[in-house]
Amino acid sequence: MIVLALATAILLLLSFIADRGKTLAGLKKGAKMFLNILPALLSVLILVSVFLYVFPAQVLTEWLGRGTGWAGIASAAFLGSISLIPGFIAFPLGAILVRSGVSYQVVAVFITTLMMVGILTLPLEAKYFGWKVGILRNALSFAGALLVGLLMGIFL
Amino acid sequence: MKNRAIVIMKKFAFVVLFVMFIAISHMMRFAGGMEIGKNFRVFFMEMILILPLMFILIGLFEVWVPRERIIRHLGAEAGHWGTLWVILLAMLQVGPLYAAFPVAALLWRKGCSVRNIFIYLGAFTALKIPMLTFEVGFLGWKFSLLRALFSFPVFIVIGFLLAADLKDRQFEVKEPV
Repeated sequence: MIVLALATAILLLLSFIADRGKTLAGLKKGAKMFLNILPALLSVLILVSVFLYVFPAQVLTEWLGRGTGWAGIASAAFLGSISLIPGFIAFPLGAILVRSGVSYQVVAVFITTLMMVGILTLPLEAKYFGWKVGILRNALSFAGALLVGLLMGIFL
Repeated sequence: MKNRAIVIMKKFAFVVLFVMFIAISHMMRFAGGMEIGKNFRVFFMEMILILPLMFILIGLFEVWVPRERIIRHLGAEAGHWGTLWVILLAMLQVGPLYAAFPVAALLWRKGCSVRNIFIYLGAFTALKIPMLTFEVGFLGWKFSLLRALFSFPVFIVIGFLLAADLKDRQFEVKEPV
């Protein structure tokens, strides 16, 4: 995060020294793109906020902890796909699950689907790629994430 | 000018309604609404810290990097090196998946191939270095290493599949307006 801010500041400064007009044009373009996507983005964040209220971390833990075997994997895949949880919540959650005896397979499926599949962000994705491609990409990612999670379970 | 104001108001109507809902929740001491508002603040902070920086970088990239260069290095004829470059680019990034979409649109405008765009997205979801360090800290080396190792072929295959599927269609990455 700090690295990103620093890199941006340095590049911006260099760009400004090299060509003021070009830099301003670039900033204007960037700002316009940001403002264009902002309403859709905020709407998705609202969805995510409501989602996390309905399914708070404790509830997720409980659900994932209860499931065993295929039912556990299915619920992990389902919850992982519809959640949009930042890494700083998801990874500690995964660690707690492992410590409380949930199988690695379930945790791995939850983490991989969480990362690779984003149902809640689909409206945003569709704005860039269209609904069909967005759904197709998520469906393929879901299959891939499930495969990765299951394979990991074999080796862990 | 007036029309434009109406268009903007319409776009933000849902957000305004939500903010009003949160405000009323606070006045009425409605716990559910207050909780949702708290969640929203967390996600909003994450977004507002990262995305403006991303869009500054995207803007600079837009004006400084010539299209020919991207076509040459990341385009349909670029081969394996192009794929390697987009994966490296994705690994260096931070933020949630939605931060990757505008970058994908930028790469598309500059002539990056369909395959490399989707490989970029896949690498972004699975291999971001800031995320990996965090993952190793909580779930251990073995977990992260296996996940990265198995994810790699998966998103490469997804990139090839989507590119093959979209080859004969009128696919484009749009910039939301």
